[in-house]
This record gives sequence, structure tokens and C-alpha cells, in this order.
Amino acid sequence: MRELTYLGALNEALREEMERDENVFLIGEDIGSFGGVFGVEKGLWEKFGEKRVRQTPISEDAIVGTAVGAAMTGLRPVAEIMYIDFITCCMDQVVNQAAKLRYMSGGKIKMPLVIRAQGGSGTAEAAQHSQSLEAWFVHTPGLKVVMPATVYDAKGLLKTAIRDDNPVIFLEHRMLYNIKDNVPEGEWTVPFGKAEVKHEGKDITIVATSLMVHKALEAAKELADSISIEVIDPRTLVPLDIDTILKSVKKTSKLLVVHEAPTIAGVGAEIVRQVVENAFDYLDGAPRVLGGRSIPMPYAPILEKACTPQKEGIVKLIKEMM
Amino acid sequence: MDGEKLTKLLDLMYRIRFFEERTMVLFREGLIVGALHHYIGEEAIAAGACAAAEKHDYVVSTHRGHGHCIAKGADLKRMMAELMGRETGYSRARGGSMHIFSVEEGLLGGNGIVGGGLPIALGSALSGQYRESGQVTLCFFAEGAGARGTFHESLNLAALWKLPVVYICENNLWAATTYINYSLPIENIGDRASAYGIPGKVIDGNDVEEVYKTVDEAIKRAREGNGPTLIECKTYRHYPHCMVIPDTRPQDEVMEWKKKDPIPRFEKRLLEEKVITKTEMGKIKKKVKNMLDEAEEFARKSPLPAVETVEEGLWA
Repeated sequence: MRELTYLGALNEALREEMERDENVFLIGEDIGSFGGVFGVEKGLWEKFGEKRVRQTPISEDAIVGTAVGAAMTGLRPVAEIMYIDFITCCMDQVVNQAAKLRYMSGGKIKMPLVIRAQGGSGTAEAAQHSQSLEAWFVHTPGLKVVMPATVYDAKGLLKTAIRDDNPVIFLEHRMLYNIKDNVPEGEWTVPFGKAEVKHEGKDITIVATSLMVHKALEAAKELADSISIEVIDPRTLVPLDIDTILKSVKKTSKLLVVHEAPTIAGVGAEIVRQVVENAFDYLDGAPRVLGGRSIPMPYAPILEKACTPQKEGIVKLIKEMM
Repeated sequence: MDGEKLTKLLDLMYRIRFFEERTMVLFREGLIVGALHHYIGEEAIAAGACAAAEKHDYVVSTHRGHGHCIAKGADLKRMMAELMGRETGYSRARGGSMHIFSVEEGLLGGNGIVGGGLPIALGSALSGQYRESGQVTLCFFAEGAGARGTFHESLNLAALWKLPVVYICENNLWAATTYINYSLPIENIGDRASAYGIPGKVIDGNDVEEVYKTVDEAIKRAREGNGPTLIECKTYRHYPHCMVIPDTRPQDEVMEWKKKDPIPRFEKRLLEEKVITKTEMGKIKKKVKNMLDEAEEFARKSPLPAVETVEEGLWA
């Protein structure tokens, strides 16, 4: 075992996959000698050169379009959209092209591409640099959607994403980049569609994504003396491992979903729908979703914090639900 | 250009024209549905451009893409089956008229989004360059796409990276019902090439030989590693934007352009230069019509896709 950061895990995944398969290449803004604005690509340009680490102008349509065309013709691009907010500039390429071309071709072409981006709030960058847009992609048939919460998952899921023959939206959280964990040496992968029970419990199930996994775990720790909380991280939203969630809800009879994206029409609502349809008789009380407020993210840290779930709010809601 | 090549060009133009005419009939019969966008009047561009390409080169097409597919060598039977919503169609009836894919023939699909193909062509061009396969991408689009941001992003990056791509603008003057004066503040889209430091050509898109020669030169340039070329082909479509909207264009303009129909004009030339006789021409026409009879019959006899298979093809 050794200590690694979430950022370092992503960097290792990219490096190992590029070493393993020469068809894997990176494309994005500021990813050359600078190593990416958050440092995910650090050292890769020096190691693999301009052919494999392609720094582009500020041209999101061109970045994703290049990835789409390259994927269709035998390469395995990993595109970086610097902030998930900027994906709005190339939604045609993501939604109408990457997600659909395989199906529209009758399954004739493959689309092995990964679009990586980081999102979420916490750095006071306000409304155009702080969004959590995963529900958009979950709602678009043809895209896989991944949200790693831990160092181990960040590396293992990114390697799986690169090896997948379908378009994968890989959503990192910038407040997680510097978290550290003890992880093994060498390589590992984490399968898609397999949720992980991050903390076992019997009184209530919390399904949480990305940064919220950590907040849910903090809440579980705080309440450990009085309430036994099971924390589940789906890890991939498409495909979604509803079975693990259902199994937990059947045990605990209570469900709370916590995510940073706005509650309205979010992934939490979808998880609640599936649980209600499949395990209604096991539920003791209405399932709840604690998500972000439906408001453009404000700048002031005090306001920003008020718009997203915090440990205190999770603890309060759990107590209400008991 | 030798006689065989010229005859091949004429053959290709007939295939496109007669295919489109046949689909019109089938559309009226209700056997083809959706919004059918005809290529009639623009045949010289697809035929000339694709004849200059190799089989392994890529074509990124548009919503008006039948001509590009046929010229690139697509099977008329499977195209017709796709249009008629049959299981045997190129995309198992998931794509339809606007989205015909066949990587075997280098067809990377039509595109329902105007300007949507330009960024994708960057990728196939990069792929050819990356794998050092010598493959060039022909990227077709029309003047309407020239107003999209994807036009700029794509030409800018292709020029920067010297990607092996040939941009072929089929300027038919009308984007749906919007006349070019509403979308282009300058005379020629081809002139924009200078903004990217690449060659720009403005040519008569109804002259198949001129298209062939210009694209051939651009392909050579691309294959040699010298990057993209922008070619604007002036042309006109004889019919409205698609089968489901009326023609709003001035009829005298339509008549004027029909006089410049690329096919009779090329026929006349081939006859005058004694490249081909009237009888030989008739034989080619008959052969193409027979091919279309076969394609139609194949499609009519092909099964509809089974509803239970509707999810097939989404995931790899």
C-alpha cells in the first residue's frame, strides 16, 4: 500500500492506459507542457509527446468532434473539458453525435471515447464554473456516466472508461483532487454498474455521489452512536446498480439520496422512482432526496455553501427520517 | 482525364439522379417516410469529389447525403432498404435517409445537424494522420453550415494541425428557405480560407470535371501532409429543401439553374468530344435503372425490423 491523491490516481490511469494502448490519446485545453489546469495530465506531454497529448485552442466543439471522429475510426480518445460548465459549448457533439451515432449506424460503428471534466462547487467560482450536470447525461440515451468519489475508484473507473467501447462521461469533483488514500501498487480496474457499500449500516440507506459520499460518511460517523447508516456509492450512474440499492433499502427500510446537483428532476429523483417501483412494500416512510438548490451558484462562500448539501443538513434530515 | 474515367463520372451522376427520382416516387407511395432531402442538381460535386478519393478514404456527409454515399460506392440495395425502413438497410432502419453509415465504404454517416459533421471530420482526419494510413477525409457541408461556429473551430484546428481533410462546401444558395444573402456577408465562403492560411477555391460545382480536378489536387496536398483545403462549389438544388415543405424560391431562378443542370451539360460534352455515343449512354442509363429496380425490389422484399430488437445497437 502507498498513499496517493485522487489527482495522482487519474494521472496514473491515463499514463498506464497510454502505455498499454498506443491508440489512446488525450485532447483538451492547456493539457500540454502545463499539464492541465488542475494537473491531471502532469508529465504526460513530456513522456508521450505532442502526438499523444494534444493541446487544442479553446474549441470545445472541435475537441469533442475530434474525439468522435477519431473513435469511429479506430482510436481511443480521452477528451478533457476543463470545467463541465463548458460542455454547453459542445452539447451537439456530445448529445447528438457521440451518444447517438452508434445506434443510428445500426450498431456498425463503435464509439470508444471518454469525456473527462471536473465540476461541482466549493471554490467560489460562481455560476459558470460550479455546476453538477450529470442528470443531463444520464437523461441522454447512449452515454455512460461515471462519478468517482475515492482515490481507488478514480483510477479504477478511469481505466475501465478508457477500455469501454462506448462514450463515457467521466465526472470528477475538484474538491476531491487533493484527497489522499492508501491504495495498492500497480494497476486495477473498477467495473461499471457495480455500486459499493462504503459504510455498512442497518437503520437507513444513504445513496450518495461524488463529494457527497464523503459528506454522507461524515454524517454516518457523527451519528454512529445512535443511528446505523449504510452509505452506498453507485459510482456509475449509467449503468446504475439498482440491485445493491434495493438490497440495502430492503434491509433498512429507509432511503435518502444525497447529491450536489439540483434536487429537481435529478438523479436522486430517478433512484427514488426505481426504489418505489421495486421495493415500495419495504419502505418505512417516504424516501427523500437532499440535493442542491435550483439556483445559479452564487459567488460568496457563505451563499455557495447554503446551496449545496452539507454534513449538518444531512444529519438533520436523517434524524427527521428516523 | 481518360474516357473510362469520364464515363465513370457520368455513370455515378446517373446513379445519384435516378436513385433520387426513384425515392421521390416511393415517398409519394408512402414507402419512404421522414423528411427526404434530395440531391438532384448537385450530382457533379459528389461524383467528382468521390471519384478523386480512394476506397479507404473517409467521407463525412450531411443531411442531403445520398449522393455522397452513392459516389463513395455504397450499395444501392442497402441504401434503399434503409430508406424504406427495412432490417437489411445500412443502419438496420435506425438511421434512415439522413444517417447512412458504412465504415467499409468510408462513410462516416450523414448528419441531421447542419455543421455537425465538420468537427467529426477533424477526428477521422486526425485518425488517418495518427495511424499514418494515408487516409484523407472529404468533409461535405453546405453554405448554411458556414454560419455555424463548428465551421470556424474545425477549419482553425485542421489548419493548425495540418490535418488531411478536404472541406467541400456545396453552396446551393438556399439553407432550407433562407437565401444566402441572409447568412453570408461576403461573396464566397471559399474566400474564408485565407483566414486560416489554407488554400481556398471557388469553383463551378455543376462542372464535374472541375470538381474532380480541384478535389484531386486538394487530396494530393492533404496526403502529402500539407493540410486542408477549402473548396466552395457553386450549385443549386432543383427541388425544395425536402419533400415535406413547399418551394419558396423564385421560379425564374429555379428555371435558370435547371438550364445549368450538370448532367445534360456533361452528356453534351462527352458526345461532342466523342468520348461516348448516344447508344452507350442509353446502355448506362438502362443499367442504372435496372440496378434501381433491383434495389427497390430488394427493399420491398426485405423484412421490417423486429420490434423486439429496438434496443440493439445502442451499446457496444
